[in-house]
Amino acid sequence: MNTQSNAVPESPLGSQAIPSAAPSATRPLYWSVRREVWENHSIYISPLAVAAVYLVGFMISLIWLPPSMREVWMPHTMREMATLKAPDSLIGLAMPYAHAAMLVGLVAFLVGIFYSLDALHGERRDHTIRFWKSLPVSDLTTVLSKASIPLVVLPLVAFAVTVALQQIMRLLSIAVLVANGGGAATLWTRLPLSEMELVTLYGAFVLTLWHAPIYCWILLVSGWARRATFLWAVLPWVGIAVLENIAFHTSHLGSLLQDRLWGFGAAAFDLKDKNGVPVDTHFIPLAQLAPGRFLSSPSVWLGLVFAAACLVAAVRLRRYQEPL
Amino acid sequence: MTVIEARSLRKAFGKTVALDGVNLRVDEGRILGLIGPNGAGKSTALNAILGLTEYQGELRVLGRDPWDERDQLMRDVCFIADVAVLPRWMRVSQALDYVAGVHPRFDRAKADSFLAKTDIRRTSKIRELSKGMVTQLHLALVMAIDARLLVLDEPTIGLDLLYRKQFYDSLLNDYFDRTRTIVLTTHQVEDVEHVLTDLMFINRGRIVLECSMEDFESRYLEVTVRPEQVAAARALKPIHERQVIGRSILLFDHVDRKQLTALGDVRTPGIADLFIAVMGNQAGEAQGAAR
Repeated sequence: MNTQSNAVPESPLGSQAIPSAAPSATRPLYWSVRREVWENHSIYISPLAVAAVYLVGFMISLIWLPPSMREVWMPHTMREMATLKAPDSLIGLAMPYAHAAMLVGLVAFLVGIFYSLDALHGERRDHTIRFWKSLPVSDLTTVLSKASIPLVVLPLVAFAVTVALQQIMRLLSIAVLVANGGGAATLWTRLPLSEMELVTLYGAFVLTLWHAPIYCWILLVSGWARRATFLWAVLPWVGIAVLENIAFHTSHLGSLLQDRLWGFGAAAFDLKDKNGVPVDTHFIPLAQLAPGRFLSSPSVWLGLVFAAACLVAAVRLRRYQEPL
Repeated sequence: MTVIEARSLRKAFGKTVALDGVNLRVDEGRILGLIGPNGAGKSTALNAILGLTEYQGELRVLGRDPWDERDQLMRDVCFIADVAVLPRWMRVSQALDYVAGVHPRFDRAKADSFLAKTDIRRTSKIRELSKGMVTQLHLALVMAIDARLLVLDEPTIGLDLLYRKQFYDSLLNDYFDRTRTIVLTTHQVEDVEHVLTDLMFINRGRIVLECSMEDFESRYLEVTVRPEQVAAARALKPIHERQVIGRSILLFDHVDRKQLTALGDVRTPGIADLFIAVMGNQAGEAQGAAR
C-alpha cells in the first residue's frame, strides 16, 4: 500500500490482469430470466387466473346454453346444422375459443406493460441494483433478460395457457355433448382447433414484434424516470400529439400511435377472402395469414429499430444508475 | 501482487469534488480500513473500485479497468454494500440458486455449510429474516465465492454488537486466508481495530493518513500526562491534545516510548483516537486557510 503523495507505483497499470473462470455466455441470461419470473408471479398467475375465470364462465354457459349455441351444438339439431352455411356453424363453434385466446392475449399484453414499467425502476427503488451489480452479470444481460419477459416469456406463457384452456374447453364440451346423448366425434371433427392454435401462435408472434417498440420504450423510461414511470412513458407522446393537432390541425402522430397499438391485424392477416368478402376474425383460416407481407412491412422493421435503440439506451443508462 | 492501483483518481459531482487526485496501492493479502467522516469520499472510492461510477485518472483492480470491465471484474470481486440490498421478495434457496447460476466461482456446498450454523431456513423469504440474519445470508453468499477482493461498505450498519462481532469473526476465521484482500469502510472503527492490516484515513476526497497497523502501533503513542509534565510534553510537539476529567492526554507521532514514559501513562491509542486527532487537525488547518 502506498501513500497518496509520492508513492506512485512503478509497475505499469493493468499489467497483471488475472484470468477468470469463463462462464457460459447464456447461463447468466438464463438465470436472470428465471429470477425475473421468480420476482414477478403475475407473469404466469395473471394469464392462468383469467383463464380460470373464463373457464368457469364457459362451464356455466355449457349448463345454460344460449339458444343460438344450442342450435349449433345439440345433437338433435345436427340435421338442421347441416343446412347452415359451413362458415356460420364454424364461427359459432369457434367463437368462445377465439374469445379465450383474445382475452389471454390481452391480459398478457397488460402484464407486459406493467412489468416493463417497473422492470428497471423497481431495482433502483428498492436498492437491490447494488446487489445485482455485485454479481458478474453485465448490464446488457440484465436488460435483455428484462426485455425477454414481454418479448419471449409472456407470449409463450399466453400461448401455452390458451392452448391448455382451449383443450379443456373442448373436452368439457364433448363431455356435455356425450351426457346429452350426442356424438363426441361431431365436435371433434367440426372444430378446427389445431388450425386455430397455429393461428394463435402466429398471432402471438406478430403481436410481439408489433408491440416490441412499446415494451422497449417503457423499459427505457423505467430505467430513466425517478418516479411516475407510467406518466413519463405516455405523456410525452400524448403531449406531442395534442401539440401537433393544435399547431398543424393534423393527427399524424395520433394515427401512428393508434396503428402501433391496433394496426397489426391489417399488416399480418388478409382480412378479406379471395372474393373480397371480409373474414370473420373469430376464425381466421391459415390461408388468410400474410407472414411475407408482415415481415416485409417497413412499419415492422422501423418499430424493431426503435425497440433496439431503446434497449441500447437502457443498457447505457443502467451503467450509470444508482439506487433512488 | 498489487490488487488495487490508482493514480490521480478524481471524481466530482458538479462542483463537489468527492475524490481529489487519490493515489493508492493495495497489495494482496491485506485488510485495509478506509476510514473517514460522512461525505469524505469513502463510498465514491469504493464505487470507483467496483466499476459502479465513472472517474478521472487511472485505476486498475486486479489488472482490469473497473469501469470498462465491471462484469468480468465481478467474477473476482465481491462486495457488500449494506444489509438492505438483498432482494426482500427472494427466498433464501432462490438467492443460493441464483448466485450459483450466475457466478462461476460460487461454491454452493460452502454456502450451505455456513448457513447450517445459523437459524436461517432455506424456505424463508428475505423479508422474513431479521437484519442480522440478512447479513449472515449475505456473508454466506459472499464467503462461498472464491473471490480475490472483497469490498465491504458499512457492512454491519444497524447491527447489534453480537452480530457485528460474529460478522468479523466469520470473516477472519472462515474467509480470510492471506491470499485474499479486503477493503472495508465503517464508522464503527473499534469493531475492526483487531481485523485490519492497513489503515487509511480519507477526508474531503484526499488520503490524509496511511499506514500499516504495525506502523500504527509503533508510531503513535498516547500519554496521559502528569500535570507537572504538561509543558515538557507539549515541547515534544504532540499531534493532538485533549482534556479528560481535568487531565491532558497528548498524542504523539514518532516519539520514543522511553521519553514519553517519563511524562505519564503511555498507551497505544485506538484508531478512533487517531482519527479524531487527524480530522481535528485537518479541520483546524482548513479554518486557518480560510482566515
